[in-house]
Amino acid sequence: MVDESTKKTLSSIPLLQTKAGPRDKELWVNRLKEEYQALIKYVQNNKAADNDWFRLESDKTGTRWFGKCWYVHNLLKYEFDLEFDIPVTYPTTAPEIALPGLDGKTAKMYRGGKICLTDHFKPLWARNVPKFGIAHAMALGLGPWLAVEIPDLIEKGVITYQEKTEEAK
Amino acid sequence: MSTVEELQKKVRELEAKLAAVQGNVAPVRQKIDVMSAEVVDSNPYSRLMALKRMGIVDNYEKIRELSVAVVGVGGVGSVTAEMLTRCGIGKLILFDYDKVELANMNRLFFQPHQAGLSKVDAAAATLQAINPDVTIDAHNYNITTVDNFQKFCDTISTGSLTGGPVNLVLSCVDNFEARMAINTACNELSQNWFESGVSENAVSGHIQFIAPGETACFACAPPLVVASNIDEKTLKRDGVCAASLPTTMGIVAGFLVQNALKYLLGFGTVTYYLGYSALTDFFPTMCLKPNPQCSDSQCVVRQKEARARPPPVELAAEVCEDARPLHADNSWGICLIDENAPEEEDSSNLRLAEGVQVAYSVALDSSTESSTGGAVAASELSLEDLMAQMKAM
Ligand SMILES: [Zn+2]
Repeated sequence: MVDESTKKTLSSIPLLQTKAGPRDKELWVNRLKEEYQALIKYVQNNKAADNDWFRLESDKTGTRWFGKCWYVHNLLKYEFDLEFDIPVTYPTTAPEIALPGLDGKTAKMYRGGKICLTDHFKPLWARNVPKFGIAHAMALGLGPWLAVEIPDLIEKGVITYQEKTEEAK
Repeated sequence: MSTVEELQKKVRELEAKLAAVQGNVAPVRQKIDVMSAEVVDSNPYSRLMALKRMGIVDNYEKIRELSVAVVGVGGVGSVTAEMLTRCGIGKLILFDYDKVELANMNRLFFQPHQAGLSKVDAAAATLQAINPDVTIDAHNYNITTVDNFQKFCDTISTGSLTGGPVNLVLSCVDNFEARMAINTACNELSQNWFESGVSENAVSGHIQFIAPGETACFACAPPLVVASNIDEKTLKRDGVCAASLPTTMGIVAGFLVQNALKYLLGFGTVTYYLGYSALTDFFPTMCLKPNPQCSDSQCVVRQKEARARPPPVELAAEVCEDARPLHADNSWGICLIDENAPEEEDSSNLRLAEGVQVAYSVALDSSTESSTGGAVAASELSLEDLMAQMKAM
């Protein structure tokens, strides 16, 4: 199962109520408001726990999301662009979070830099439709992925601190 | 020292040479108007038309009027498209948004010189050269996004040679999200389709025929997996997402097109679900009843329509009849479309053939019942306010 700290993080993110996808017009606006409320709460929790690690925003329709996430390793901050689309079948299927800057640099990714999720993710997501939202996908999917993959990629020299600052320019 | 004109001429010559080498040349054969059964070495259809003479297929040339959409042109989809092309299908509509990569070369169909091209364009060029009689329509986009999904639905419902719905959709995608998108589209359009898949460990696969309302749709149950008899503890996923074998993919593509041909041309018995375990050469079959509580509301609507249609679909009955004598001793192959079946404790009535199981159960998860975050409260703030608040953090 999911480790204790991820469980604790997950349980402190508010649950969503509206089962609506991007084709559901007004209901989707309600869902989007819930998404933002949950995300704001999650970022506040992270800040309070001194573990602020991502920012996200969406286009007006709420179907295209983009932002940054970062990971601190040996006191150096490694920052990555992140993006995903909300699929038509959301929230039955989770968003596929991608770090396009790392595409092709690790085998733990699908095409386009979509992160490879653990076997725990899909069952847990399926059992929690429609209560889980984007904030939960970040906590359960991207957070643990970064914690495992980034130190490994740094150690292998695939990503370096210099490279990151160059990309940022 | 060459002049600019000389260099430009040289560039034109080299470009022409390159185009010729890359195969941008005229098709090697002209189009053929009518399929002929004449057995001569110049007739590409003689062996197919022989199916008629042998009494296997009544009307093979009907294939020229039929349209099939292949969604996903990877290890399974590309081979599927090639088989249908060689069979002389009337029209093929291809969907994919990926590029050919050298990492794909452990699979069939694509060649190293195509690396970097879009899969649909590379496939269309090869397929058109193999059989110029096939109308090929290539779509290079991700069907799961809102705008593209609508384009996808429109193409499925108007893409046939006569401007109507395609005769069959074949799902050859490699992920849950795309399968659910196809399922959503086909439930909304009452479009019959085949789902196919190969497991991420490359040693099992399946095909499944889905007639909305009549058989279980892809959302009626959690994803099904064929037991691979691998101890989960010995299955290492460290460092990789997925493995693949050309063998398993080719076998699944073969099963898929075989059943598509049977469905399209009306011969033999169409399999509802056929699994394949490579390690044990085990092939479970079954047919699955739709789930009255399916999470896809359009599936439930289609089920209502199916119940109202007199008499029950002959497809389902046929399989029941055929499955019994063939697999009398086996615990699989039992038709599960049976209105008199005793109710299971599971509301979905999902009873699977031996060797097939759900990837996970959707029983309510207890970990979120202890949620300390509660549920989001109704907010007086507008969406714009919330967006601004998030941005200002
Ligand atoms: Zn269903």
